[in-house]
Amino acid sequence: MAEEHEALTGAFSGLGVDESSLLSVITQWRKQPEKRQGFRSSSPFFKPHGSFERCEDDFVRSLKVEFARFKNITVLWAMHPWERDARWIHHVLHKAHPFNIVVEIACTRSSDELLGARKAYHALFHHSIEEDVAYRVKENYCNLLVGLVSAYRYEGSRVDDDVAKSEAKALGHAIKSAGTEDPVENYEVIRILTTRSKAHLKETFRHYNGLYGKSIEQDFAGESCLGETVQCLGSSASYFSKVIDKAFREEADKNAKDALTRVVVSRSDVDIEEIKAVYEQQHKAKLEDKIVKNTRGNYRDALLSLVGV
Amino acid sequence: MSTLTIPGSLPSPADDCEQLHKAFQGWGTNEGLIISVLAHRPAAHRREIRRAYAEIYGEDLLKSLDKELTRDFERAVLLWVMDAAERDAVLANEVVRKWSPGNRVLIEIAVARTADQLFAAKRAYQARFKRSLEEDVAAHTNGDFRKLLVPLVSSYRYEGSEVNTSLAKSEAKMLHEKIKGKDYSDEEVIRILTTRSKAQLLATFNDYKNQFGNPINKDLKSDPKNEFLSVLRAIIRCITCPERYLEKVIRLAINKMGTDEGALTRVITTRAEVDMKQIKELYYKRNNVTLYRSVKKDTTGDYEDFLLALIGHDD
Repeated sequence: MAEEHEALTGAFSGLGVDESSLLSVITQWRKQPEKRQGFRSSSPFFKPHGSFERCEDDFVRSLKVEFARFKNITVLWAMHPWERDARWIHHVLHKAHPFNIVVEIACTRSSDELLGARKAYHALFHHSIEEDVAYRVKENYCNLLVGLVSAYRYEGSRVDDDVAKSEAKALGHAIKSAGTEDPVENYEVIRILTTRSKAHLKETFRHYNGLYGKSIEQDFAGESCLGETVQCLGSSASYFSKVIDKAFREEADKNAKDALTRVVVSRSDVDIEEIKAVYEQQHKAKLEDKIVKNTRGNYRDALLSLVGV
Repeated sequence: MSTLTIPGSLPSPADDCEQLHKAFQGWGTNEGLIISVLAHRPAAHRREIRRAYAEIYGEDLLKSLDKELTRDFERAVLLWVMDAAERDAVLANEVVRKWSPGNRVLIEIAVARTADQLFAAKRAYQARFKRSLEEDVAAHTNGDFRKLLVPLVSSYRYEGSEVNTSLAKSEAKMLHEKIKGKDYSDEEVIRILTTRSKAQLLATFNDYKNQFGNPINKDLKSDPKNEFLSVLRAIIRCITCPERYLEKVIRLAINKMGTDEGALTRVITTRAEVDMKQIKELYYKRNNVTLYRSVKKDTTGDYEDFLLALIGHDD
């Protein structure tokens, strides 16, 4: 019986639910309500309430969420990438999900993928993304966000080295004057980060490192919105690896956990191999192993397939 | 609607190429022949001619034309032979590096094109100049003009006809407040003008007039020397009715001392296949003389013949 208790408890601990373990126990305990009674008496998921053990509300809530992980990943997997991105952005703007999702989408998609998301947003919500961002975001990073979601960057490799160098200096100035003007409101910072090509920005960040001895990701790390922006534009694989790892931590909240699904589904066809390599480097563990350890059931198997084992 | 006159049965692109090649042969150029071919072929056919010419004669037609033609006539023909997207990209690039507030090309391209046409122009710009239009506009403008123009050329407005009437009311009120307070470059003004759909903006402008008595552009005329205001008014006029806006551009180009050939060529080559018919009608209503007659009076030689062939004689 201890075995089955362990199996049941284990089935519900982690992201997703271990459906097949649950099924075995259900089968084994057929016509034995006293076994279920034994489980309820000893499990933290149930609390004595007078003459019976009632189900804890938190447990019920978390079951709903955990059972839905496999459903969510499947639906997202089936959806057109443009619709996925449009819906995620809409959630941020209308349900107050964290704005870094908007930065993530705007900065890690190709120019045509972002344009596609904008088209899908028109069709689904009858507004443009930039219109909704401009109207609903009241924080001081509004202008940066509008610029990021409106970008249609040149995607070639041609870079003007002198310009990259001078723009690295401009970014450095903005960080140095952070006392007088918040860098996220600085028009030069916004211009550079929202209009230059990714190749140009990588060169610019390289010059920044050379000029100031630190990476721009380090210097902008404390800046809200800007931190994510330069990470996504500078090295998206590194950014995604960090986001994934946050989902596995003890203190992970709902958004951090949901991010695991979002990242794996959206990058599975794009650069998941690169992300795996960076993950292993950064966290000294294979992404697949972390997934096996921290997730359960069909959800786990879906993640493993998408990540490629 | 288009004002081109096209022969009932089009010669093959190869035949047209032969005619053009003949026109280039020997001393001098047979401009009349060039006009009789190019000015009477639709865009898709012109594209085929350009492709066939490169195949048969091993040179880009644009290059041959550049060698043979000169001045205003050459510029008009080169712009005409280009694809619409390429044309817009070239026009934008010419002005972006030496942009001044009086220049309206970027506004025309950002506002008087459909979203798909604007993005096609942006792609053509990237292919040709290895940078994006947005980055060049951002890098070569500053202050309030940059705050306005970059979102303007980056916008991808919703194209549906839904209107939120209470939003139109509140945004009309917001615009009025800012205009009264002389906060012309306020973020809210820029947000509304550069992100709202055209249908929503038309409702907002209507509401403005109903609530406050004056059309918004009248209130924006308060300081005639303020160039930012004149840019705002141009954007609003172009959003409200592109044909009327372009009629004014043509009218000013013709009325100007010595004629603004740049503007005249630009509007005619970019609209001949789009809405030149409506522009002509508006021109006649406004000036009591046909555009045909005005252009004939104001221009000369092959340049005149070419423009007249594009805008067509009137009934």
